[in-house]
Amino acid sequence: MSHADLVASAVVKRFAGSTAVDSLSFSVAHGSFFSILGPSGCGKTTLLRMIAGFIAPDSGDIAIGGKSMAGIAPNRRPVNMVFQQLALFPMMNVVDNVAYGLARRGVSRAERMRRSTAMLERVGLSGAARKRVDELSGGQRQRVAIARSLVLEPTLLLLDEPLGALDLKLREHMKIELKQLQAAFGTTFVYITHDQSEALVLSDHVGVMNQGRFEQLGTPQDLYYRPQTPFVAAFVGSNNRIVGRCVARDAELAEIATGDGWNIRARSVGAIGVGDAVEAFVRPEVAMLARAAADLPAGQPRYAGDVQSVLFDGANSAVLLQEAGTRREFRIALPQTGEFSDLKPRDAVVFGFDPRRAVCYPARAGASDAAPLKAAGPNA
Amino acid sequence: MLDGSIDRRWRARLSLGLLLAPALLWLGALIILPHVDLAVLSFRERIAPRQYRLSLAQYETFFVEPLYWHVFVHTALMSVIATFMTLLLAFPIAWVIAKVARGRAASLLFIVCLIPFWVSETVRTLGWMILLRESGVLPALLVKLHITAEPVELLYRDATVFVGLVYTSLLFMVVPLISSLESLDNSLIEAAYDLGAGGFATLRTIVIPHAAPGITAGCIVVFMLTLGNYLTPTLLGGKNSQWFTEQIYAQFITRFNWEQGAAFGFLLLGLSTAMVVLGLRLSGQRFGDVMRRT
Repeated sequence: MSHADLVASAVVKRFAGSTAVDSLSFSVAHGSFFSILGPSGCGKTTLLRMIAGFIAPDSGDIAIGGKSMAGIAPNRRPVNMVFQQLALFPMMNVVDNVAYGLARRGVSRAERMRRSTAMLERVGLSGAARKRVDELSGGQRQRVAIARSLVLEPTLLLLDEPLGALDLKLREHMKIELKQLQAAFGTTFVYITHDQSEALVLSDHVGVMNQGRFEQLGTPQDLYYRPQTPFVAAFVGSNNRIVGRCVARDAELAEIATGDGWNIRARSVGAIGVGDAVEAFVRPEVAMLARAAADLPAGQPRYAGDVQSVLFDGANSAVLLQEAGTRREFRIALPQTGEFSDLKPRDAVVFGFDPRRAVCYPARAGASDAAPLKAAGPNA
Repeated sequence: MLDGSIDRRWRARLSLGLLLAPALLWLGALIILPHVDLAVLSFRERIAPRQYRLSLAQYETFFVEPLYWHVFVHTALMSVIATFMTLLLAFPIAWVIAKVARGRAASLLFIVCLIPFWVSETVRTLGWMILLRESGVLPALLVKLHITAEPVELLYRDATVFVGLVYTSLLFMVVPLISSLESLDNSLIEAAYDLGAGGFATLRTIVIPHAAPGITAGCIVVFMLTLGNYLTPTLLGGKNSQWFTEQIYAQFITRFNWEQGAAFGFLLLGLSTAMVVLGLRLSGQRFGDVMRRT
């Protein structure tokens, strides 16, 4: 279990003046589910296509299963890919799609039919073997695309946002199915997505990619609870972002004053001195809401505000409120107790959060307070 | 009020009729009527001046006289080969235009294919004659390069006829091929490649099955154009080019035997119909799908 199926070392790819992948190094352990999460244009597709062999890196090396892939064409790599639009062959029926790779390897017809049928059975499509591709539902096509790759027993399965084209309900369902398939087959999956929820739910490890580099590489829990950079804090999960200056600090916490006079405290990550510009992030689920100050835990800073709007979304419900002094927007997740089910706009409330669960970083170049608060909604 | 609605319906019909009139006139007066007349002609025999009777004699002549059906088979075979050669030549061109070239380069390449068609077929064919005749450009070049001792006559050979036919037909093959290749999703090609297929396997298993309606459409059009071509075989192949259209011309114009010419015309129509049906059968295509591609 310990050896790495994929090792990228200092991989670089430039396109006409811009660097799509900037000296990237990482490794993916055998049998694990690794996701590359990033906004569109961050270079994740380029990286995936380099692993598949469709484009060659300008420098650096990609090794798969311990062998360098330099100069090896896609059809000779122990890697298969599930394409964004799936790319099932419409001119063939389902079982011929699955058998396609085996046929190219010269496996006899009887043998490839046996193996393809067995593979279709494993993905729960035994009845669909003779169907045409366009007779299948979106989820079934997804499974055919995965079966078509897995029947070749690749060292690495690459998935290029395969859930992007599905509607929300099916996407949720396929997430679970993908995770179960990966566990059942034990194949190493490399998955790229811009959807943080997919990355968090599915992966053992996630690399958050931005401008051709990994901002952070870690478990989903690491990314969520211990984001190392402001980008990760803003991109993974939703967050309230507060920009200001550090006015005081101790070993753990920094006190931050915003330009319009709101003071908060947050755990500092990175070198922050008094007077430095900082970006702080407070997760909506970390903050607590109450109708009266006495209801909040003692010893924590508390602020007054009034409800701007209630964003009811079942288990993901939140309230958007305005801090009383500065009229800043602040988002707080509503507890599932039903305690605030009668909350209305313009209701006066108090809120607070544990400063150790909020986090602040030295401000990024160009970070300004004017940047939109909704850096990332649940599915941004 | 009743009158008004009748009036309106009548007017709608009239305007529909007027809109369709040119097409119907074309179809009726220039295609159906002459064919009916030719069919009648082909089934009669002259027994005395201005006296005719119903007979199969014209068709009988075709089968009895070896020259006629020899030319007929020769024309069919040459047309099939010319169609196949056009396909082989047009496919890479269409591939480059549809899949390799981008933006301006693609339209430029297409225009290069189109430009020869701005000139009439006669002039184009005469151009080939200037290049290929014994005192022409190419034989002179061959002498200059010491490949041949003296100028050779490159005209009046089957190979020359092929060159002319392929050149004339190329665009009609390229256009349907481009449209069918353009609709091929690139990720299908990548997926085939990713699953271990090489270039030839991808062509055979993915590209050609996808482009089949376009290929069939192009082949039908080119085959019909070639089979019915008169100018190119006559000018480039000379008097002995043995093209069936020349036989038809000879019957109508030289011999003034319209009955025989009409029968030959119908035999050629029968041949092209049979070949199209055969082609559709062999490639497993449906006529409707294919015609939408042309």
